[in-house]
Amino acid sequence: MPECALTRTQFHLLQTESKDLLAAQKLKVLVCAGTGCVANGSMKVYDTLKAACETRGLNVCVALREEGGENSVHLKKSGCHGFCEIGPLVSIEPLDILYTHVHPEDCEEIIEKTLLGGEVIDRLLYHKDGQAYQRRDDIPFYKLQHRIVLRDSGKSDAEEILEYIANGGYSAFEKALFEMNGEEICKTISDSGLRGRGGGGFPAGRKWESVRRNVSDVKYVVCNGDEGDPGAFMDQGVMEGNPHSVIEGMLIAGVATGATEGYIYVRAEYPLAVKRLRIAIAKAEELGLLGDNIMGSGFSFHMHINRGAGAFVCGEGSALTSSIEGKRGMPRVKPPRTVDKGLWAKPTVLNNVETYANVPQIVLNGAGWYRSVGTENSPGTKTFALTGNVVNTGLVEVPMGTTLRQVIYDIGGGIKDGKKFKAVQIGGPSGGCLTEEHLDLPLDFDSLKKVGAIIGSGGMVVMDEDTCMVEVARFFMNFTQNESCGKCVPCREGTKRMLEILERIIRNEGELEDLDTLESLANTITEASLCGLGQTACKPVLSTLKYFRNEYLAHVVDKHCPHCNGRKRHLEINPKLCRGCGKCKRNCPMEAISGELRQPHTIDVTKCIHCGACWGACPFGAIDAIEEEG
Amino acid sequence: MDASNAMLQRVEEIIDSYGCKRENIIAIMQDIQAEYKYLSRETLEKIAEKLGIGVAKVYSVATFYENFSLEAKGKYIVKVCNGTACHVRKSQPIYDGLREYLQLEGKQKTSADQLFTLETVACLGACSLAPAMTINDEVHAKMTPESAIALLEDIRRKEAVQNA
Ligand SMILES: Cc1cc2nc3c(=O)[nH]c(=O)nc-3n(C[C@H](O)[C@H](O)[C@H](O)COP(=O)(O)O)c2cc1C
Ligand code: SF4
Ligand code: SF4
Ligand code: SF4
Ligand code: FES
Ligand code: FES
Repeated sequence: MPECALTRTQFHLLQTESKDLLAAQKLKVLVCAGTGCVANGSMKVYDTLKAACETRGLNVCVALREEGGENSVHLKKSGCHGFCEIGPLVSIEPLDILYTHVHPEDCEEIIEKTLLGGEVIDRLLYHKDGQAYQRRDDIPFYKLQHRIVLRDSGKSDAEEILEYIANGGYSAFEKALFEMNGEEICKTISDSGLRGRGGGGFPAGRKWESVRRNVSDVKYVVCNGDEGDPGAFMDQGVMEGNPHSVIEGMLIAGVATGATEGYIYVRAEYPLAVKRLRIAIAKAEELGLLGDNIMGSGFSFHMHINRGAGAFVCGEGSALTSSIEGKRGMPRVKPPRTVDKGLWAKPTVLNNVETYANVPQIVLNGAGWYRSVGTENSPGTKTFALTGNVVNTGLVEVPMGTTLRQVIYDIGGGIKDGKKFKAVQIGGPSGGCLTEEHLDLPLDFDSLKKVGAIIGSGGMVVMDEDTCMVEVARFFMNFTQNESCGKCVPCREGTKRMLEILERIIRNEGELEDLDTLESLANTITEASLCGLGQTACKPVLSTLKYFRNEYLAHVVDKHCPHCNGRKRHLEINPKLCRGCGKCKRNCPMEAISGELRQPHTIDVTKCIHCGACWGACPFGAIDAIEEEG
Repeated sequence: MDASNAMLQRVEEIIDSYGCKRENIIAIMQDIQAEYKYLSRETLEKIAEKLGIGVAKVYSVATFYENFSLEAKGKYIVKVCNGTACHVRKSQPIYDGLREYLQLEGKQKTSADQLFTLETVACLGACSLAPAMTINDEVHAKMTPESAIALLEDIRRKEAVQNA
């Protein structure tokens, strides 16, 4: 047995030391360093603050172990607070102040007034309905949230492992390692009722128990950080803001099942998440929390990171494992299940980022505690990425069973620009839409399933009265069609046909029969596809057909959709692409197009009825639909 | 040593850094592409040779994943997000505006001066600040067609100064 880098006693000393160090910090400034705030310029704020503090003779400390003495400020990079649109965010502890929209020009004043003078700068606080909010958690956006997974995100230094330890980190792992056996850990997870947060909602404990029972020389723990839903960023928030919670959850899964190798598969578009995870892994290895014979227990665990390469289908379990193996990421027929033959055909625990991030707190506080949050069949919380036509967009975490109305109105602040609510799409391209009549539905796995929707991974797009729901269905079908891996015919060809029909309907060229064709095609694709991508690809179409059939009818019968036209679009011929073939002119029923042969043609918008005939006829793609503002 | 030889040598170094292990092929291609923006034919052949697998196999992995490009790309890769949140906040006009600014026609993605390649991406995880886009992985938030074009113009100007 190799010698251990950190004994259990040393770990306890490290815990006490970290706690003391954190408690001794007098003044802490946390600059949000999540993707959103960085894009808004938060790193410039960080640099300016640092330089300006130094000029004023303040001792700027970055690492937890640095002690700056009396005149010191601890400057940290935090994870995402979830309310990126009011960023860049800067919070100041222990004064409990959250400053919003902070720019480099504000730094001098922050140092002068707040850091040195203890005064609050009203201008930089969050304001709503004439009221200023100093504390983050008093802001309506946060008030109804219940943060377990996102608890420390925004409140602690995402790159400092000692701070994670100071906040109780890795003690659940220690408990699992020394005070519990595999069976007990699996039972605790089962009893907690934790269900997979990646979309399916499969009981995590049952999955772990299957892997634990499997006899094998090697077993694997894999974390799905592919987050493919185009409009969701919960897992990104967790990986960037609290990477150690994911690592600790995976370590516990390792202890529980006897697995010794861990893989985290991260979406290619999340370079910052990869960076934070890499730092976290390196620091955990350095301390001896990852590696051989951890804390002298005899348990070893090694962690690897794989970056995705832009294929949505790789979020599917068997595609993901084959991508880690360096192959094309195509799903395979099941069984065998991943728990029996997963990565390299060995028993594998595969869970989502958020699922793992829940684990340490369950082990630490017990299954009963976890069950006290959420509903009977869906305990705990769920994170959602609230986006679209809603006043407050961002990451929210609420107890399962919270109603849509609470999320959209109380947390989200209602519909933007005083418009009316129309629908919300949950679960991205594999999900369905919910309408006004569902606003009081509790958000949990089973209630949503009953009405043909899913919790999914947690993307939640709010749509107002001006949205054309056929266009929404087309958007998602376009996405899935692009992402179909092509392995099976129903999905590959079926989604293409569906998309063609939807495009035709959008152009007001559809027929009534098209709606039946859509439905029957959708049923075939759902039944006959090999993997979840195909099996759920038609959900957006089916649910919009169910709840918004009248909008399809407006397109196919009236040949006029009030929402699409309300958006004001006109057609224009791009003279650079037009070859003057005259095809559009011959197809136009209104004689709205003029032009000489082999010369660029033009459309007279006053005569045009937007039938789209020219658009479909042009062999050179020279006709553009131009969206007008307003 | 000419540029192509230097590149192949660097490619070998990258493959070696992964211990010539087959399962690391995706990471190897990602690292090579991060430096050279695309995977040339010679690169794919080199990977096949060093990993001891057929060129066809390497090619099939490279073509499966959307992020791998087998064509040369511009110095700056501009990706306009067309994820759900960005789409509903009008990302399409940004893409169209940039296409026009870069004078891209038909299937062309890279500008004539080889400075920019224009692509789309489904969600950058900056949805609250939609519409978003990246230039060589740096995220820019709350874009409009005008501000996007201004960013590119800025880069063009800087490049012109550097080359002068
Ligand atoms: C096409 C497709 C894409 C998926 N994408 C993801 C994803 O991005 N993230 C994720 O965690 N699960 C995704 N899943 C679900 C996974 O297959 C798997 O069920 C999940 O990672 C298991 O973890 P959980 O039980 O903790 O949710 C996807 C499934 C399908 C069919
Ligand atoms: S359903 Fe679609 S994505 Fe899934 S295996 Fe078949 S073709 Fe590929
Ligand atoms: S959309 Fe129809 S009416 Fe308008 S120019 Fe084209 S063909 Fe003519
Ligand atoms: S069909 Fe296209 S190329 Fe031909 S004249 Fe019309 S716009 Fe020009
Ligand atoms: S990145 Fe700062 S709040 Fe989200
Ligand atoms: S949809 Fe564009 S960043 Fe998420």
